[in-house]
Amino acid sequence: MAAFLQLDQVSKAFGAVTVADALSFDVPSGEALGVIGPNGAGKTSMFNLITGTLSPTSGRILFDGQDVTRSSAAKRCRAGMARSFQVPQPFSGMTVFENAMIAATQAGGMHGRTAEQFCLEVLDQTELLDRANTLAGGLTLLGRKRLELTRALCARPKLLMLDEIAGGLTDAECGALIQTIRDIHARGVTIIWIEHVVHALLAVVDRLIVIDFGRKIAEGAPRAIMESPEVQEIYLGIEADA
Amino acid sequence: MEWVNVVVQGTLLGGLYALFAAGLSLIFGVMRLVNIAHGDLIVLGAYLGLSVTTVLGLHPLLALILVVPVMAGFGYVLQRGILNQTLGKDILPPLLVTFGLSVIIQNTLLETYSADPQKMNAGALETASVSAAGLSVGLLPLLTFGTAIAVIATLQWIFYRTALGRAFRATSDNPEIAQLMGLNRRHIFGLAMALALGVTAIAGIMLGIRTSFDPSIGGGRLIFGFEAVIIGGLGNLWGTLAGGVILGVAQTIGAKIDPGWQLLAGHLAFLVILALRPNGLFPRIDG
Repeated sequence: MAAFLQLDQVSKAFGAVTVADALSFDVPSGEALGVIGPNGAGKTSMFNLITGTLSPTSGRILFDGQDVTRSSAAKRCRAGMARSFQVPQPFSGMTVFENAMIAATQAGGMHGRTAEQFCLEVLDQTELLDRANTLAGGLTLLGRKRLELTRALCARPKLLMLDEIAGGLTDAECGALIQTIRDIHARGVTIIWIEHVVHALLAVVDRLIVIDFGRKIAEGAPRAIMESPEVQEIYLGIEADA
Repeated sequence: MEWVNVVVQGTLLGGLYALFAAGLSLIFGVMRLVNIAHGDLIVLGAYLGLSVTTVLGLHPLLALILVVPVMAGFGYVLQRGILNQTLGKDILPPLLVTFGLSVIIQNTLLETYSADPQKMNAGALETASVSAAGLSVGLLPLLTFGTAIAVIATLQWIFYRTALGRAFRATSDNPEIAQLMGLNRRHIFGLAMALALGVTAIAGIMLGIRTSFDPSIGGGRLIFGFEAVIIGGLGNLWGTLAGGVILGVAQTIGAKIDPGWQLLAGHLAFLVILALRPNGLFPRIDG
């Protein structure tokens, strides 16, 4: 079957710095794909290329049967892509509920009561319901990460991209977050998840790719990839501080 | 009793100043744009009201039905056609462009309507008054004050209770993320300017009923508007109303002491508050 998201020889360079080097991979519909790699390997840049905040120097990006390489970020968002940011970027002067509503009405295309009801359901799922009327700027780190997830989900994505959403959380917090993401995956949402917290990643994803210096250096079943010598080599020291 | 009267008159005058200031406050709050042409846009509203009342023979308050949408439409076009292009990291281009716009509006009005002072005729409303507890209060100032409260309450409701208001706040809070979520910043800013100029039209007509006006008075109205916004605290609409009232009361108290001191007293009150509370009395609390 045709891939839901396909990167075809995507390259991006800033002067001498290459953040994506002929990057190609497919994500079938409904898959949860994990992305690992050292700091500065180009993982977040890859998200920026997929969502359209960066445009590639060369190569093509296909999403849901369409070539979206030249589409604006807003258009890709409405087509069903949503992401969370590694550094949470809420609308800090607005309440948690209002943050969710912006995503639901703008990116998710819902209106009025339907949108409100949907936001409440998502907030319940991401365990932020009791903080719905708090200003987003007043949330804790876990709260902000959950809000990133909430906003992405309120956009009703077909493709959910998570950028280090488990980083900096305690084990208990992380466990709850994993369960939430599993539930989302179980409903058929395609997920791409960049994460340094490897055990969290392995608890959810079906497949892993490894990126270093903007290149894909390995791809396959999670356990096999983690045990491969090249991953062991670049990953030593990273798991320890995650 | 005399002094109570002075404070009451000043408070009602403050309603007019709050109307001057509301559009300014809204625009600054949504897009961090300081609109130097705001005073001239108020005067433009007054002249449009004058034209509508003389040509169609309508009462000035009925003229609002036509002038408000015309000004709002003008605001949208102005924002999308010119002002959006000036917005960026540098705060200077919008200042320069709106200053230029101010000069253009003034001269266009001068060319069209001449420099003669004009006034709108509101008939019996101009002199009607109500008496209570030994005070006699003009119906027009009372109506102006009531309008100011209604306008600010409506803006407040739009900002915090509607999808449009959410879009305004999201765009001003984090423009990049708002854009990513599919909010079109240019359109949102156009709508904000339309709303602001709709309010400005109301301010212009209230001004034109109350006093005579000519094309050169925009600058003074801009200053009153600025002072009201700053006294109240940037980005706080109810604060803007309070700022207008403080300015109005200071002016009438000054005028009571010596008629020549009206404007001076207002400016002094502004300077004192600026020195003691540089962020205004009720600055917006950000999370």
